[in-house]
Parts: sequence; structure tokens; C-alpha cells
Amino acid sequence: MKNLLILGGGTAGSIAANKLRRRLPTDRWAVTVVDSDDDHRYQPGFLFVPFGTYRPDQVTRSRRRYLSGDVDLVYARIERVVPDEHVVELSDGRRLPYDALIIASGVTPRPDQTPGLLGEEWGRTIHEFYTYDGSVALARALSTWPGGRLVTSVVEMPIKCPVAPLEFAFLADSHFQERGIRDRVELTYVTPLPGAFTKPIAAKAFGSTLSDKGIDVEPDFMLMEVDPERRVLVSYDEREVPYDLLVVVPVNMGADFVAASGLGNELNLVPVDKQTLQSKAHPDVFALGDANDIPTSKAGSVAHFAIDVFVENFVEYATGRPMTHAFDGHANCFIETGHGKAMLIDFNYDTEPLPGRFPVAGLGPMSLLKQTRLNHLGKLAFEWIYWNVLLPGRPLPLPADMSLAGKRTDLLTTARS
Amino acid sequence: MPMTMIAGHEVSVDDEGFMTRYDEWDETTGAALAAAIGIEMTDEHWDAIRFMRSDYQAQGATPTIRRLSTVGGMDTKRLFTLFPKKPAKKMAYIAGLPKPAGCV
Ligand SMILES: Cc1cc2nc3c(=O)[nH]c(=O)nc-3n(C[C@H](O)[C@H](O)[C@H](O)COP(=O)(O)OP(=O)(O)OC[C@H]3O[C@@H](n4cnc5c(N)ncnc54)[C@H](O)[C@@H]3O)c2cc1C
Repeated sequence: MKNLLILGGGTAGSIAANKLRRRLPTDRWAVTVVDSDDDHRYQPGFLFVPFGTYRPDQVTRSRRRYLSGDVDLVYARIERVVPDEHVVELSDGRRLPYDALIIASGVTPRPDQTPGLLGEEWGRTIHEFYTYDGSVALARALSTWPGGRLVTSVVEMPIKCPVAPLEFAFLADSHFQERGIRDRVELTYVTPLPGAFTKPIAAKAFGSTLSDKGIDVEPDFMLMEVDPERRVLVSYDEREVPYDLLVVVPVNMGADFVAASGLGNELNLVPVDKQTLQSKAHPDVFALGDANDIPTSKAGSVAHFAIDVFVENFVEYATGRPMTHAFDGHANCFIETGHGKAMLIDFNYDTEPLPGRFPVAGLGPMSLLKQTRLNHLGKLAFEWIYWNVLLPGRPLPLPADMSLAGKRTDLLTTARS
Repeated sequence: MPMTMIAGHEVSVDDEGFMTRYDEWDETTGAALAAAIGIEMTDEHWDAIRFMRSDYQAQGATPTIRRLSTVGGMDTKRLFTLFPKKPAKKMAYIAGLPKPAGCV
């Protein structure tokens, strides 16, 4: 009997476990997932909790319930992988041997990496919404906030769901309008990027949405520290941005056990081949979801598309054949823009997000890089799809490879010239 | 691919003037590129550029500021003084490496 061990039972770990369990013979492969608790969080919901549109109890479900019955789930903290011995060490002293290892431990926000964030003001005038606790605390703070300068700040790229901070700023604008205090609120978006997003065409579209909504942008801002007493952000090139309420997206880093095992880069991300997701250092180790270093967005949709391709490869790998499938970096993300509308982007390693139409079988086309009501409904439907289609590993009517159909590819040449 | 003359050598560059062939670079070229963006190279500048080139050769990617500080042991604040405003981009330009990939 061989052991497939999956470290982390979040989005990627659960999808991979459920899909592979169906494809690997049960008399030859055991599939085991390790996670520290039974709380599977729907992280996209963290965006809506601060504004009261999602209740906190709505974002958590049982991890066990979303794993197929013949997948083993071990509750423990992972301490270390010993690649040369093909063993994983847990905090309770157990040592689990593996024949193949999947690292799916994601990334977490690390406010400890920026001086001035963690302290007396953390949870008071300084907040974040990338964790369950953070989004709940921010909901409390926002509901009674009288107005002033609200600054949304991205500390460093890459972060998971790189559009989430933009969405936060857009939703804040409509939230304060609905409360009738928008005129008492100054909104500022602070980013280390030269513009609103990483890729030029989307950056332009998001940039004009920000300015339409009266949200100021402070680009190229490499945050050095926060001075919680003077309430200012200070950049390495000595610029300052003042705030009354700071909503920060801290540095996102992979799990500490990845670093302790010598498997990570400077952000504890596992360097992998971007097409097969196989570790560059150890052929029996793979990294799925946010935990790897592939050059595309860290998002649930990416984990889903990547695992479609990965599963085919792993079945080949498990029977000693060469892996013949290649992931193209496909990402698909909705961007809430407030007032019941959203935008949509669809891209991969080679093609940046473009405007145009996005065909969905059985639903008709959605609009890319444009604010529509249908996109907003898509974003809300994603929650149902997440629990009922993505996690169980059922087929989604979307191909894993990105398609150019409907996209304004003519813009590619003009954008570059 | 456009070509350009730098310090008496013909080298290939991309649309933004970043050199595209690792081996076409030498320190004379680096000094000329630095001068073109108003930077006078000191030993401290060269230490940073040399680390960047060797890390690129080992990893196949232009190192980020975080990597220069955690792996290269360089002080980020100091890099902002040596290569004002956009250190990662300016260093890549001088070192003859691809522009740091805008993260995704
Ligand atoms: C605010 C926000 C909004 C988002 N919106 C969207 C969206 O609209 N669309 C979208 O596609 N994506 C969105 N995402 C991103 C998406 O949630 C992640 O990309 C996705 O969850 C990644 O899956 P993963 O399995 O790699 O990591 P995770 O789902 O984070 O799972 C990692 C698991 O590993 C476990 N783990 C880690 N370390 C250890 C250890 N030492 N011991 C034991 N267990 C450990 C954790 O407990 C966790 O369960 C959003 C994220 C955030 C924060």
C-alpha cells in the first residue's frame, strides 16, 4: 500500500484529495489529509463580513464533511517535512511516511513582518480582513466608524486574491454612501505596484473605476513601517500617508514548516515547475494552491484549474509514466465594485486580462473588465459552487485551459506599442 | 529585438531598454547603464549588482527586494538610498537583467 499525504485541507488540499481518491485504486493508494482543525473557511466571504453582507457564521463549514469518506483526515499541526526520509513530523510527535507528498498549506497574512502593525492599535485603528478573526473585528469597527481617512494598504506582492483589496475599497465607497456619510470619508488606496493592478490593461480599467469612485491612489509605495501614534504609513523612500482607520493586507507568506523543512523560497513558497507543480528539488513532492510559487494569481479558481491538470499528471506519475499535461496558469476572478455590480477577469501565464465577452455554457456570455449585475450574481453564486462543485471535485462547465474566445485580443498589440 | 550601443558594444534590449542577453553584459556596460539613469557606481552599488547577477544565474529570475534583503543580506532602506525610488527596477536595468516580473 502506498501513501499519498496531503498537507493542508483547505481549498486545494480538499479538491485534490477528493479528485485523486476517485482516480487512484483504493487497494494501492491511501489518501491522507493533515490539517490543524475542522474549520474550513470560505475565504472569499471575508471580503463581505466587514460590511455586514455575510454573517460570520456563514463562512465556516466542517472540513471532514467536505472530504470524501475514504480520505483519512488527521488533525495535527505540521512541524516539518524530512524529504530525504519521506516523512512528515507532526506536533503530537507522530511521524507519517509518504510515497508522494502534496503541500497545500496556503499562505497567511503576516502583520509581524511590518514594524508598527502589531501593538496597541491592532484591532482598533489598524485592521485586516484576510483572516476570520480580522474580518469579524473589522465589521465591528466599521459599523460605528464616524468617518475620516480610511486607507487600504497592500504591503507587498504577491498576496492571495490580488483583487480583494481593490474590492474592499470599492465596497467601502458604496457602504459609506448607503450609510449616508460618504462625504465624511476620504478613501485612499496604497499599493507597491505602479498602478491599480499588475497587468496593464486591467490596471487601467481598475484605475479608472477607482477614480470614478473618488478613491485616491498612492502608487509605488513600499511600506517600511506604520507609526501608530502619529497614524501615518511611512515608505522606504520617506513618503507618508496619514490615516484614521487603516485596513492593511499584510505580507502573505507560506507556512513556517515549509521554511523549517528547507522547501521554501524567501516567502516560504515552494518552488515548482509551473506546468506540473512538481517541486524543483524533490520529484515526489508537489505543491498546489497558494503554497507554490507559480507566476499567476493565488486564488481558489486557479487551484481548481491547476488541479484539473495536475490530477491527470499524477495518475501518470503514480504508475511510473511521464507526466504529459501542462497547466497554463489559468485564473478567473470576479471583482465586486459595489452597488450590486462586479467585473470579471480571465487570464493565464501568457495572456493578460482583456476586455470582451466570457462565454459560459448554459448561462450565456459574461462581460470582461466591465461592471455588470450578472458578474455580481456570478460572484455570489461562487459561494454555492465552492462548496457543492469545487470542493467535491465535480466537473465545472469551464475548461481548465484559458480560452481566447470572446476576448479583445486586438488590444494586445496596441497595449504594447 | 532592438539593438543599441552601450559603452561601445552593440547589445540587445527590450522595448524599455532592459538588456535581454545575460552574456552581453560586463561591468563597463553596467557602469554606462547606471550613468544613463543618473547613478554613479560605488563599491556598495557593485556588491548589490553582483549579488543580483549571481542570484539570477542560480535561480533564473530577477530577485525581488525581499530576496535581496533576506537572502542577500542587504538593508532595504539602504537600497532605496543607493538606487532611489525604484531600486528593484533600477538594479535590474544596471545589472542587465529582465525587469522584475510584476507580481500576479
Ligand atoms: C479576503 C479574501 C478573498 C478571496 N476571494 C477569492 C475569490 O473571490 N475567488 C477566488 O478564487 N479566491 C479568492 N480568495 C483566495 C482563496 O481563498 C485562496 O486562494 C484559496 O483558499 C487557496 O487554497 P489553498 O488550499 O492553497 O490554501 P487554504 O485554503 O488557505 O488552505 C490551507 C490549509 O492549510 C492548513 N495549514 C497550514 N499550515 C498548517 C500546519 N502547519 N499544520 C496544519 N495545517 C496547516 C490551514 O489550516 C488551511 O486549512 C480570497 C482570499 C481572501 C483572503
